[in-house]
Amino acid sequence: MFKSHYKLERYSIGLAIAIIVVASIGGIVEIAPLFTIHQTVEEAPGMRVYTPLELAGRNIYIREGCYACHSQMIRTLRDEVERYGPYSLAVESQYDHPMLWGSKRTGPDLARVGGKYSDQWQVTHLNNPRDVVPESVMPAYPFLKETELRIDDLPEHLATLRKLGVPYTDDMVANAVSDAYGQAVPDSPQAKGVKERYGEATDVRAFDGDPGMVTEMDALVAYLQILGRLTDAAHKQEAVTGGIK
Amino acid sequence: MVSTLTMNERHIALVISSFVAVLGLVLAASGRHDLLEPHGFLILLAGLAGVFVILHGYFDPEPGPERLSSYFDEPIKVGIVLAMIWALIAMFVGDWVAWLLAYPDFRFDAAWSSFGRLRPIHTTGIIFGFGGNALIATSFHVMQRTSRARLPDQLTPWFVLAGYNLFCVLAVTGYLMGITQSKEYAEPEWYADFWLVIVWVAYFVLYLRTLARRREPHIYVSNWYYLAFILVVAMLHIVNNLALPISIGSAKSYTIFAGVQDAMVQWWYGHNAVAFFLTAGFLGMLYYYLPKRAGRPIYSYRMSIIGFWGITFFYVWVGSHHLHYTALPQWVQTLGMTFSVMLLVPSWIAAANALLTLNGAWHKVRDDATLRFMMVAAVFYGLATFEGSFLAIRPVNSLSHYTDWTIAHVHAGTLGWNSMIIFGAIYYLVPQLWKRERMYSPALVEVHFWLAVAGTFVYVFAMWNSGITQGLMWRTYNDSGMLAYSFVDSLVAMHPYYIARAFGGLLFFIGTAVGAYNIWKTMQPIPAAERTQADLPVLGELSRPILQAGE
Repeated sequence: MFKSHYKLERYSIGLAIAIIVVASIGGIVEIAPLFTIHQTVEEAPGMRVYTPLELAGRNIYIREGCYACHSQMIRTLRDEVERYGPYSLAVESQYDHPMLWGSKRTGPDLARVGGKYSDQWQVTHLNNPRDVVPESVMPAYPFLKETELRIDDLPEHLATLRKLGVPYTDDMVANAVSDAYGQAVPDSPQAKGVKERYGEATDVRAFDGDPGMVTEMDALVAYLQILGRLTDAAHKQEAVTGGIK
Repeated sequence: MVSTLTMNERHIALVISSFVAVLGLVLAASGRHDLLEPHGFLILLAGLAGVFVILHGYFDPEPGPERLSSYFDEPIKVGIVLAMIWALIAMFVGDWVAWLLAYPDFRFDAAWSSFGRLRPIHTTGIIFGFGGNALIATSFHVMQRTSRARLPDQLTPWFVLAGYNLFCVLAVTGYLMGITQSKEYAEPEWYADFWLVIVWVAYFVLYLRTLARRREPHIYVSNWYYLAFILVVAMLHIVNNLALPISIGSAKSYTIFAGVQDAMVQWWYGHNAVAFFLTAGFLGMLYYYLPKRAGRPIYSYRMSIIGFWGITFFYVWVGSHHLHYTALPQWVQTLGMTFSVMLLVPSWIAAANALLTLNGAWHKVRDDATLRFMMVAAVFYGLATFEGSFLAIRPVNSLSHYTDWTIAHVHAGTLGWNSMIIFGAIYYLVPQLWKRERMYSPALVEVHFWLAVAGTFVYVFAMWNSGITQGLMWRTYNDSGMLAYSFVDSLVAMHPYYIARAFGGLLFFIGTAVGAYNIWKTMQPIPAAERTQADLPVLGELSRPILQAGE
């Protein structure tokens, strides 16, 4: 073994090829089957996609680096299930490009934060977290409420995601701008189309409390309020297994 | 800088710089009203700066053919200076965000100064800015010395260095504006990623061309590690950054993977950035500078081989230990855990090989802070790899994951191992490259050493305490079977540790500043008569390798 290495280390190309081969095996064995083994991702018929407004909110979540302190992945541990809700399923992030499972909880997990707090609470909290949680160390984001949301490029966003396999329809892509506006301005004529395209259960309201302008706050709160609610697969699973005790 | 280039190389450099400038202009034009626009202008500016620098020195005398009988050290010097600049910036930002976790309003009331935007500046600045420049600079040095050959041309090293730093600048300025893919340690967007691939290919080809010119039959072990670093990082970078931009005029892209597959690809990348950026490349450094400084040959050739191939093979499997108890299938978690534990064997072989090399030179470790930096680095490498294998065990991970324990572990590695070996290598290199007898002040090297060690200990102990406290509080039940603590309770308990951590980081930062001052003073011009001799590619007999294993 050492004799043959004594030879190998005299050839730079040979060494390079050997490194590539040796370093490729682990990745191939662990990653490739995740695309082929059917059970990797559960079935969730009826799971809906993010609305354009929620997608824009998700991109703000990414932009601000929220994932650095908040996970979106409830592990299969009793205390996590009791603290945050049913453990996360792979299917719940099947449309997430990229996933935001996170790696650190300086703040709590957000996988099921949707519907847990009112819009009002979320807006106050994002504006200055210490107004509602005095001990919080989260940064304040007062500019979100002042900043108009960019919605003109949302059709491109949806079209790109569709190319990657997210089931947006032609109708959804074509009406992305109108839907983003309508979801945050409930009295506008655009509001009606949102529920038609994304389902009756879709939240259509002025998330930031002000129906005048569609702000980044609208988008981010809309996103936070849908977290964990795109499908009820995890709750069904819990009903079957009785959770973790 | 330009005076090191031949006329032909100056022409090529002009073409490349102009091309970069045009590329920047195209991006700025197509990305109007998008965040891409400022970055387009930044690239344009970089290209124009290149053109300006070359034209400014265009009529400098060309280097004569006598250059070919010496090593090409100019880019190494610049690489070291850049590494120190990045260290100062990124450690400052790191300590700042550490204080933010104790005092969250300790920032200007601005969008760019939130923890979420600053944190990747710290990680990118340290890993890619400080670590990457140090790796490139030392690899240029090691590849020439262990091959007894000069770099094959003058332009490529400059291109690699400048191009790489352009990538780093695009990355950190992007975070400030809110451009990020959110993939940890792979945050830069598609155009920056693309650029890095070009730079990286040039780097790899440069390495092979230098090796091809070597006057040693065997390729020294440091070069195996540097090669693994370059090759595997290329593989990781390309796969993990596969993404579709929403248009050519937008900075935003969507990664092609989703959900569980994306998580696995990300942590396959993330952990192997640790493996091949922060371990393989740095072991290359360790395997050259530690024996050179100690004046002892590497303890064992066989241990070098087992360590190298063990690390290269096992590491790639372990990324899934970042995803224990998640929605990742159990079989992948189990594979990751198993290989993480096995990985301890080659890791400790490499660490032991370094420490055993010091046998017979321990008196030097006592007297020479530079060698002591390298010794402490090897010790922390051993400690951090043990801790890493331990944390990868699933039940241990259930407590440690998501907590500050991970942060303690990472910083035991980055402060104790990566930074220490870089500083050791730099203190070895600076006097040699600037042709001085020694550093400006050996006493300040000593001061730096103790500040760095003290800072690391304070930091790591604070985070161990906070991490384990956090993990325990989250899972504590009271007598009536209810969770005993709210999340906020655990956050309040962290406060004193966060202050201690920020203080430890401050000590480390001050140490780095002392080091930068010392390096700066050492670089100041001195009369030619006082300069030491440069080492030359071919001196003495060729039959005996420069560095030979002890056995």
